[in-house]
Amino acid sequence: MTIYRNPSKKSAVKILVAASLLLFVSACDDDDEGLMPEPEPMLYRYQVTVANLTNAQPLSPFAVVLHNEGMLWNIGESANDAMENLAESGDNSQVLGLGVALAGVSGEDIIMPGSSETIEISLADAMPTYLSGATMLVNTNDAFTGINGLNISQMALNESISMVMGSYDAGTEKNSELAETIPGPAAGGEGYNADRDDVDFIAAHPGVVTMDDGLAQSVLTQAHRFDNPTIRVTVTRIE
Amino acid sequence: MMKMKLIAAAASFAVSGNVWAQDLQITVTNLTQGMYFTPLVIAAHSADASMFVVGESASPELQAIAEGGDISGMGTLLTSVSADLVENPADGLLAPGARIETSLSSADGNDYLSLASMLLPTNDGFVGLNSWKIPTEPGTYSFTLNAYDAGTEANDEIVNGAGAPGEPGIPAAPGMNAGIGATGVTSTEDNVLVHIHRGNLGDDDLSGGKSDLDNTVHRWLNPVARITIVVN
Repeated sequence: MTIYRNPSKKSAVKILVAASLLLFVSACDDDDEGLMPEPEPMLYRYQVTVANLTNAQPLSPFAVVLHNEGMLWNIGESANDAMENLAESGDNSQVLGLGVALAGVSGEDIIMPGSSETIEISLADAMPTYLSGATMLVNTNDAFTGINGLNISQMALNESISMVMGSYDAGTEKNSELAETIPGPAAGGEGYNADRDDVDFIAAHPGVVTMDDGLAQSVLTQAHRFDNPTIRVTVTRIE
Repeated sequence: MMKMKLIAAAASFAVSGNVWAQDLQITVTNLTQGMYFTPLVIAAHSADASMFVVGESASPELQAIAEGGDISGMGTLLTSVSADLVENPADGLLAPGARIETSLSSADGNDYLSLASMLLPTNDGFVGLNSWKIPTEPGTYSFTLNAYDAGTEANDEIVNGAGAPGEPGIPAAPGMNAGIGATGVTSTEDNVLVHIHRGNLGDDDLSGGKSDLDNTVHRWLNPVARITIVVN
């Protein structure tokens, strides 16, 4: 989904990189076309490493997007359909295809507890303002974690930003913890369901209760409990 | 139920030549899915004042907040030490997922920011900020807040309307989603000092069991709030 913009005659510019500042020094007009060297496309490339800090909550393939506006989610507001889908089923395709996404890349696989994965994403010609990412805690009804609108517009080459993140509840599916409602390996139940039978706003996740801590109907065990934080994310600009 | 004295911190703190006075815009977001915040008290105060200290006993004024949501005593106390304060900016409860924006002008010497509000439904849980040093550099500062236990009441998790200090029980479950007929989770408070709240236990029996709280609705994990402060 990376978008490469072809330099047109009028927009062809020579880009000088000096002390990590971009200086647009000379735009050439049609007459100079033959004299200017073909500009090298400027590529902004990032590595995103996600580590799963939980005991027994595999994470669905991590979706990374670059964007200049919008947020993946807002506390207190309804989840968009893309985030509902991701949080209930782990399917990140709608998040990657969001209209604001300038680029979108999915991790290759589920990230198991204790494991980590590094994902690369890039954008040509224009430095993106924000990087966001999201993943489902699959042994839950609709828990997810991620980073939401991390401002990367001032990142220097080889600079890293590292953070730990807690978990959120999409608010689109009641935390019944019933086997038929949890898609992860603890249950093998249903993923996405268009019904919204919960509070219908995004909040911090209260954690899972489990059959071992007083919710008799739960398919989950004490092993599936989690606390904040649930992931460590490191973003590095590598080009 | 609660006596609110609203001290609107408008631009009336124009003390001439006061280089340390600061105008703050403060946003508090309730991050939880099912817990309500009672009226907030937010104050800028001097270094030798505090609303609470972790590991120390709660003052009677903090106890009144944590057990019943009553900020009047704390307001009086803060005023007596020349703090600048905002009381009840949400004009009532701050619902799960909701946010409130308010402003506060801090006078010279009131360089520390604190906040307290009871979490409902709990016995004596509160969200708190203790003496955050207000930066002198203009900018936007954002961080999260945790839930504390005042240590003044046993967490029996029985919703019985009792909000007066020293009376056991939870004053209310504003979401109207609590149960009845619980026998009580515990009758003792082992740690009588202010500490990080261990969370509600709840149960899955809304007509009995140990707790009147619903374990799929009234639990939380820290943090429970986000505060964003714009220093102008």
